[in-house]
Amino acid sequence: MLSKRIISCLDVRDGKLAKSIKFVDTRDIGDPVAQAKKYYLDGLDELVFYDINASSEKRGIMINVVQRVAEQVFIPFSVGGGLQTVEDCSLVLLAGAEKINLNSAAVRNPHLIAEASYAFGAQAVVLSMDVLRVPLTREIPSGYEIVINGGRTPMGLDAVQWAVRGQDLGAGELVVNSIDADGTKQGYELTLTRRIAEAVSIPVIASGGGGKPEHLYDVLTEGKADAALVASMLHYGEYSVGQIKTYLAGRGLKMRMTGGVL
Amino acid sequence: MITLVDYKAGNLTSVRRALDNQGIKNQVSADPEVVRRAERLIFPGVGHAGAAMKVLMDRGLDSALRDAFKKGTPILGICIGCQIILTHSEEGDTNGLDLMHGRCVRFRLDDPGLKIPHMGWNTVKITRTHPVLSHLLPGDEFYFVHSYYPLPEDPTKIYANSDHGGSFPAAIGMDNLFAVQFHTEKSGPVGLRLLHNFANWKP
Repeated sequence: MLSKRIISCLDVRDGKLAKSIKFVDTRDIGDPVAQAKKYYLDGLDELVFYDINASSEKRGIMINVVQRVAEQVFIPFSVGGGLQTVEDCSLVLLAGAEKINLNSAAVRNPHLIAEASYAFGAQAVVLSMDVLRVPLTREIPSGYEIVINGGRTPMGLDAVQWAVRGQDLGAGELVVNSIDADGTKQGYELTLTRRIAEAVSIPVIASGGGGKPEHLYDVLTEGKADAALVASMLHYGEYSVGQIKTYLAGRGLKMRMTGGVL
Repeated sequence: MITLVDYKAGNLTSVRRALDNQGIKNQVSADPEVVRRAERLIFPGVGHAGAAMKVLMDRGLDSALRDAFKKGTPILGICIGCQIILTHSEEGDTNGLDLMHGRCVRFRLDDPGLKIPHMGWNTVKITRTHPVLSHLLPGDEFYFVHSYYPLPEDPTKIYANSDHGGSFPAAIGMDNLFAVQFHTEKSGPVGLRLLHNFANWKP
């Protein structure tokens, strides 16, 4: 059977590694390619690179990062951040990424999901969503609202409904990022993750709030996620990939244990 | 020198990079004559079986591959390259190259918790030893992305299985042909080692 996946998310700004904390301040913490390679050799299952503050002038810098990663890291990785058109996606995939992550652009233009899915195959299209807990209304019946622009702009869109729509349009996977949990290291948003996982039949990657291995156990079981994104847990050296996986395997989850190189 | 068959089916660059990383000399070609004369071939590919066969036939690469196979050229098929070597695929009701008798079928899963495509890391268990898989240890996992899987007519041509709602062949082979359903070029060190084994394989 499939293993649960541990995915690391590397935020990249101007070709350098950065980590956002509640989308407010960013601190440079190193070279994304070197970090990616280290995690790959540690046995990480997959990588995501977010080009934060992406703009068309700076696209070339990100493409260069993608090319360099693809030469040294032989696990699947995806790229997101500011991808607006099928052409943007094509450049990233040609540079060596397996998948592209669509977020704000898909919310503004849902048809982009269908175009990308048709052009590259659903397996290459990941729909990422930033989600905020809100009071229940008729418009937002789940109590979870989609926000864009790095968490700053609420869209009046119900997150569970958007997830289903994304799947129908051709997304092959979902990243569900909780704004409330992001950066807190207090655990993933279990209810949100589970509600979406139960509503769709494509893989769900949980994001936001991972602070210790127990959190991953919870979101991969109670949260029904197929994979969990970890960032600061790894980036600040609090836990290694091996420690996280050993813990989860010890609690009975099927994990890929033999991917690391000593 | 390994020649990668170019038939617009994607993932060529990933395989090239993996070969480069292992120091294995490689080139890409869409030319049937180059494919016929190749020392060793890799036949990668992602996408739709029907679309892939159409391009192969348009480029004359179908007969080139048959000739190379008959000649004894070592051939490694990856992903779609593991499917269209068979007689027929349910995907698009496509006739394959028929290098190996068998068919390619879609996953039929009863468990609603199991999804199609089969996507992610899964354990590959050897059922029959083969030089290309000689390094595999119990628990080794490879990366899969597919909705269809190969079913050779002759079960002795199955060398490894994986499991998604039931066991299915993940690696098949006969004579100078070997093929894997998973993306060996994206499966980390164990996947790279498989490419290395293929490069040195003397069938």
